[in-house]
Amino acid sequence: MADLTLATLAAQVFTGLVLGMILVLLAIGLSLIFGLMTVVNFAHGSLYMLGAYFGFFLIAYTKSFWLALVVAPMLVGVFGLLMERFLVRPLYGRSIDDPLLLTFGLSLVLVEAVRLVWGKIGLTLDPPPALAGAVNLGFTYFPLYRLFVIGVTVVVLVALLLFLEKTNVGLIIRAGSRDPVMVRALGFDLGRVWLLVFGIGTALAGLAGILAGPMRGVYAEMGVTIVIESFVVVVVGGMGSLPGAIVAGLVIGQVVSLTTLFAPKFAEIMVFIVMALVLLVRPSGLFGEAGLME
Amino acid sequence: MHRRSFLVTGTAAAAGLAFPAVLRAQGGDTIKIGFPGPTTGPFGALAKDQQQGAVVAMEEINAKGGVLGRKLEVLFRDDQLKPAVGAQRTKELIENEKCEFIVGGLAAHVQMAINEQTKKAGKLFISVSQSDEISAKPDAGPLTFHEALNPTITGRAVAAWIAQNLGKKWWIVYADYAWGKQNNAVFSEVVKKQGGTVLGSTPYPLGNAEFSAHLPKIVAAKPEVLVAVTPGADDIAFLKQAASFGLKKEMKIAQPLHWLPYLKEGGPDLYADIYAGINFSWQLEDSIPEAKNYVSLYRKKYNEPPGDYGAYAYSAIHEVARGIALAKAVNSDAVAAALIANPAYNHYKGKQWWRACDRKSFQDLWIVKGRDRSKMKGDWDFLDIVQKVAASEELDRTCKEKGFA
Repeated sequence: MADLTLATLAAQVFTGLVLGMILVLLAIGLSLIFGLMTVVNFAHGSLYMLGAYFGFFLIAYTKSFWLALVVAPMLVGVFGLLMERFLVRPLYGRSIDDPLLLTFGLSLVLVEAVRLVWGKIGLTLDPPPALAGAVNLGFTYFPLYRLFVIGVTVVVLVALLLFLEKTNVGLIIRAGSRDPVMVRALGFDLGRVWLLVFGIGTALAGLAGILAGPMRGVYAEMGVTIVIESFVVVVVGGMGSLPGAIVAGLVIGQVVSLTTLFAPKFAEIMVFIVMALVLLVRPSGLFGEAGLME
Repeated sequence: MHRRSFLVTGTAAAAGLAFPAVLRAQGGDTIKIGFPGPTTGPFGALAKDQQQGAVVAMEEINAKGGVLGRKLEVLFRDDQLKPAVGAQRTKELIENEKCEFIVGGLAAHVQMAINEQTKKAGKLFISVSQSDEISAKPDAGPLTFHEALNPTITGRAVAAWIAQNLGKKWWIVYADYAWGKQNNAVFSEVVKKQGGTVLGSTPYPLGNAEFSAHLPKIVAAKPEVLVAVTPGADDIAFLKQAASFGLKKEMKIAQPLHWLPYLKEGGPDLYADIYAGINFSWQLEDSIPEAKNYVSLYRKKYNEPPGDYGAYAYSAIHEVARGIALAKAVNSDAVAAALIANPAYNHYKGKQWWRACDRKSFQDLWIVKGRDRSKMKGDWDFLDIVQKVAASEELDRTCKEKGFA
């Protein structure tokens, strides 16, 4: 491409950053849940979709995007709590396949349920008026809403890392993911910790959903492909690793964006090529520890 | 269990079992038409319009006593936008439900799969959605009819109009599957013939919802016209993102087609000033009597005006009925022969006809433009009709080009 300028490249990197942010939010939730409970949550894409639907109806009733932005992820988180308590919990101690099959089945049920309740036709969600325009970044015009998505994700990630690193509950969560038997022996109720982590992880999926809604539309199948990409991010970053999820999410975002610039036909497949290459060099992913899957 | 109570229960159960058999026997008097379509997934809204168009035709025909004294019954099945599912549903419709005729299909690649089954079974198939291959060798069989427009016809008509009226430096974004690729090829060919250039053309996977990574280089290339071949639900995501990246201000946006269900979903702010072709728009009721009949029947049943793709299905069901009446037989071969022997018809928008070699329907189409919100009369008044393009066999490939001697 002869007409490729630095400005186009910069704009491309910026769009890739937004793609990465949504992936990071999803992958962090997946990784948290896997790291602590070794549950591969296939319903994560459906929870992302639920976040967008809850957001749509909260905005319709309350007329406030900001309220919906806070409440929709909380509703998804509550759904996640119920899911852990009544569906996933009975399967702890069994093979890793059982919760995987359960959540996979649940994801199909949720998509069908949404089709039944809210119809097969998608819904359109607009960014709030305050975030509707585009801003001049010097090298390109960029939608304000997409900048906002970057901002929200950064704030949420910082808050989450502070929570895990600086609070006592965070300490127990980290300890529980290393050695659950020892944490139990010290007298902590890990059941409540698992519940909490499942809630946080699913709420993050809900947040990703309502953030993505105004960009991509709201429809029952919206989680189907992105859950695969999120798993790729988790695998590339290392199952259960939070820094891994963040770094890999941003890398995959750029891979998609830059491949689209140079060879759009390969944008989809490139994600998997990158995954394969990473796994060849580091079988446990960029930041992963060996042995978690056994 | 006592013997007596066993007898009572047993008889009741037998009676219960016998009932559906009676109903089925009565149902055997209907003429069954199978109708596969992707009611779930990104084309769900179009599939729904198609089904409703078919229902309106069926009820209209049945209200007048049916055909040959028998009522029509249309059986709808979800093909899930997957060729394998479309093939399976079609097979079931023919073998289990004993449908003599198949009408339907939406995505081009699923039409092919349906067509393979009808060819194998020797049943008449009227395809009601766009595809170039469906009416060309090797796909078209002796009983394959194509009611809809196709990418070649739409492309030649719409692309020529865009090149002459909106600008000659283009960028094309297209969904990377049969229909998208066909459009990309035709639009590129036409703009070059008109003395224009394609600055770039970018494929994306069908069903995509995130286009932002495509947009910076389009902005940088500064085309006069952006041609967006982004069907179904993709369209709304694409236009929204294109607008938010400022493309709508910098260039004209044109598309092969507008679809009423997506105009409704996306709303006038999204579609204002976006040009496209269309096979039918309900506003034609003001000028065409057949359109008025169809629109008012549809409105009466569904409380909203019909869309564009529903009209194809409406017309195709009428064609099956017309063919049966002409042939005086419920038989695919006889109906096909009767339709080709009497090729002219007019069900909803003026005269159409079947070309004998490829069983393709020729028909008028229109260039339309998204109407400004302030000029809309009512909830559904999304389009300005810019120009009519009269039906012409010249717009399609010739019989020879399509592989017919």
